[in-house]
Amino acid sequence: MRHFIDIADLTKEEIEGLITLAEDIMRHPDGYAQICRGKKLATLFFEPSTRTRLSFEAAMLDLGGAVLGFSQADSSSVAKGESVSDTIRTVCYYADIIAIRHPKEGAPLLASQRSSVPVINAGDGGHNHPTQTLADLLTIHREKGRLGNLTIGLCGDLKFGRTVHSLITAMSCYEGVKFILISPEELRLPGYVRHGVLAGKNVEWVETRDLECALPELDILYMTRVQKERFFNEADYIRLKDSFILDQDKLKNTKPDLSILHPLPRVNEISVKVDDDPRACYFKQVEYGKFIRMALIMMLLEVQK
Amino acid sequence: MNIDGVTNGIVIDHIAAGRSMEIYHYLKLEKLDSCVAIIKNVRSTKYGKKDIIKIDEIIDVDLDVLGYLDPHITVNIVRDGKVMKKMNLEPPRELKNILKCKNPRCITTTEQEIDQIFRLVNEETCSYRCVYCEALAKGGD
Ligand SMILES: [Zn+2]
Repeated sequence: MRHFIDIADLTKEEIEGLITLAEDIMRHPDGYAQICRGKKLATLFFEPSTRTRLSFEAAMLDLGGAVLGFSQADSSSVAKGESVSDTIRTVCYYADIIAIRHPKEGAPLLASQRSSVPVINAGDGGHNHPTQTLADLLTIHREKGRLGNLTIGLCGDLKFGRTVHSLITAMSCYEGVKFILISPEELRLPGYVRHGVLAGKNVEWVETRDLECALPELDILYMTRVQKERFFNEADYIRLKDSFILDQDKLKNTKPDLSILHPLPRVNEISVKVDDDPRACYFKQVEYGKFIRMALIMMLLEVQK
Repeated sequence: MNIDGVTNGIVIDHIAAGRSMEIYHYLKLEKLDSCVAIIKNVRSTKYGKKDIIKIDEIIDVDLDVLGYLDPHITVNIVRDGKVMKKMNLEPPRELKNILKCKNPRCITTTEQEIDQIFRLVNEETCSYRCVYCEALAKGGD
């Protein structure tokens, strides 16, 4: 039995296998519509995230399975409530697979240690959100037809942006990938990712504070939200949050086939006027997210077509 | 090596000068009934100054704790006044319930009955990370 807690739990080949499977599901959804019949997915959301929960539930329903679960509106009740261990031991009797989201870092790993069914990390605090990374990879593959030989700009909060770290980890396995890290000084990519992941894999990367200058070179632009809760004082937040905003003006000098990604939800870092631009891929990302979750559920349940 | 005064017991040698008390506490030696001697600032040809702990009983010393605190420490088992076994240490791959995760967002801070597990991530710097939240805990010196 396998779990999916961290993007590093999958090899490059397994990720590619999931992408291939997801693309086949997209082409022939009818062939998969009953494949998980009789199986149940439990979505245990100790912290609300409607978007992610709906994506998991839609994925299971489209495979012919059923869903059950809960979503706690107030994550502060977690501390008082039942432990993760006890919840998991109980839910294992009802479900064939579990997707867990929890405000505490490492809760999904703990869940996997206690579970007799596969566990998927649907986000643990600011730590990991590996199914988002799978969705990002599928989006890049759909848009570009490849995962190598790409120049990827990562913009915004590179310090706390967990999806940025795991996307870098996953993409740095490919030949010809170049990262352009665009962030304010305060939100630079942490040293352990720069030296651990990037230096270790011999990947080309540069850091800049200037989004506009970086844009013409990019094949992919991955925008992230600058979150208010990351700052200790309001003034720093206000000063920084607007410095990395993408609007139509900045998009004048890009490659025509630039793909703009964003893990969503956004605040104002991408102007809504960009939404109708063919380069905007962030809503397609949501759609791809469901298909890659379908592929992941199939893999962990060991069901095959 | 000076094992005077120990007939059957353990001599923990090459402790960095000044750290013997810390090791005394980590190994919970205060719970022992037998004679324990802490010798501080012993002149050493190799290290300048060092501390030594002598225990007048052969106990199970947690080598993982020592290896984590300082892999330069050596542990000698003494029987009948002779060194029977000399053990060199290395930083352990995993530390179980030795360190506590200090990250307030970590699941180990709220969940009851969870083992505190840290894994060695860099042998050169002897750094450990919490397996749950990956927060760094720095080991050794
Ligand atoms: Zn931790």
